[in-house]
Amino acid sequence: MKQLLILSGKGGTGKTTIAGAFIKLYNARAYADCDVDAPNLHLISKHKNLPKKKDYYGLPKANIDLDLCIECGLCQANCRFGAIDYQDGYFVDTNACEGCGVCEFICPASAVSLKETVAGELFLYKDDSVFSTAKLKMGSGTSGKLVAEVKKQLLENTKKVEIAIIDGSPGIGCPVIASLSGADIALIVAEPSVSGISDMERIIKTAHHFETKIAVCVNKYDINLSNTEKIEAFCADNNVAYLGRIPYDSLAVMAINSGKSIVEIDCPSGNAVKAVYARVIELIQKEDNL
Amino acid sequence: MGINKKIVVLSGKGGTGKTLISVNLAAADGNSYYVDCDVEEPNGHLYFKPQILEEKTVSVLIPEVNNDLCTGCKECVDFCKFNALAFGKKVILFKEICHSCGGCALVCPVNAITEIEKTIGLINIGISENVRTVGGIMNTGEASGIPIIKNILEYIKDKSGYIFIDCPPGSACIVMETIKDADYCILVAEPTIFGAHNLEMVHQLVELCNKPYGVVLNKCTDGPNPSEDFCKEKNIEIIGRIPFDSELGELNSNGKIAVRENYKNNELFYSLLNKVKEVSR
Repeated sequence: MKQLLILSGKGGTGKTTIAGAFIKLYNARAYADCDVDAPNLHLISKHKNLPKKKDYYGLPKANIDLDLCIECGLCQANCRFGAIDYQDGYFVDTNACEGCGVCEFICPASAVSLKETVAGELFLYKDDSVFSTAKLKMGSGTSGKLVAEVKKQLLENTKKVEIAIIDGSPGIGCPVIASLSGADIALIVAEPSVSGISDMERIIKTAHHFETKIAVCVNKYDINLSNTEKIEAFCADNNVAYLGRIPYDSLAVMAINSGKSIVEIDCPSGNAVKAVYARVIELIQKEDNL
Repeated sequence: MGINKKIVVLSGKGGTGKTLISVNLAAADGNSYYVDCDVEEPNGHLYFKPQILEEKTVSVLIPEVNNDLCTGCKECVDFCKFNALAFGKKVILFKEICHSCGGCALVCPVNAITEIEKTIGLINIGISENVRTVGGIMNTGEASGIPIIKNILEYIKDKSGYIFIDCPPGSACIVMETIKDADYCILVAEPTIFGAHNLEMVHQLVELCNKPYGVVLNKCTDGPNPSEDFCKEKNIEIIGRIPFDSELGELNSNGKIAVRENYKNNELFYSLLNKVKEVSR
């Protein structure tokens, strides 16, 4: 199975809109939403059955037993995350705790233990197709690990699927790095703004670190034509596969707001995304024949 | 010391207009701070083009093993909860996943592990007209920018004036860290079901953190606005509306600051600034 991952660096460039269109066009039987901080793909994907839910445990969190605590302060002194506070006794700020276990190790009175904590929820939709997604609990910190779980859940539940489509998250940090692992190609959805260009360059660098093959398309290209041309020149200069332009389209907003993908209605962005889709599939298959 | 107000601009979803709003509010106020906490994809500097006055590298500690002392007992490997250490013929470190907890150095029975500094990015302080800018940038390939954000927040802790903080997207730890000291939160939302869904998430977050907040609806059209519906349903105060407008879109996509271009006679962002000052009082 090949993994087609959709990324952007900058948020709001249209990753989910494009992922939704690809899923429809490919009639995808396996797809996932790796944006565990702000998942949205489930809002436009249709499934007959309700998802199977599973608690996600991040790293365990420290807990101090005040009956055993001798108030020596060693845990606080050794915690690198500032997660131990004092107010009528030592206690753990579970949002700051990263579960490293240093306090448990250092405590001379065995008052500290690590406790399993739910850090999010995994969802699995399974009928004609398999859709794996998750939602990280507010303020939780192990998004990379949860992304890995989303992909694992997808792989375990699909057989004989040629291409899986994976919607990524913005940024270049741990959830993005976790989603790059195992991806065969990352399609970067760029936006023709100074921010969009800067963010595209940084996500491309990040993908290079992990030696993932990349391709670029420009969404809302007509909001700034000269910036679109800059992105195209950048791709040509840097040998990055460039797959085309998608226009800004107010009908796209209408499609999304009625829970549809942009290829389910007749609209300019839907037509343009079909061409990008054909090129990315060709690119993946060409890879196969090498 | 004068007034010190930290106004955090956030949204669950990316691309809703956090940078547009925080940059323009800071520029409208003039004598303020603009703080960019999106260290993975910082963009505020593209608008302010600040003259950089000071730059500091940010580093974290990672272990270094002295192989002459290491006995191969693997206690460090067993201890590491992040699986950043493995043992082949000697201890191997996966730098990117090390959380810098220092546990391995503590557990090593023969003191073969010392900690060394690894640079993960930098913070910079600059000025653009009267606006002081504070930002940071994480090196590509690094997993976590939190130490950089902590440095930024430490720097602005006791600064006076209005401090506008541009948050990274999402609602994970990094956002929580940023809003911890906020005096007021502006939630930015766009008129799609994606926007409304992510607004619901950050709304939960600010409620959880017990922060005062209001919503700015961005990219408003005459069409339906699921984010506005959500605000009405939950009785959330809408403190401003920014219409969808190609002139504003073009200024913004070219890295121009609308209030410095006298966009629409500056009515929009100045009245938003006044509103923000009123509600954060």
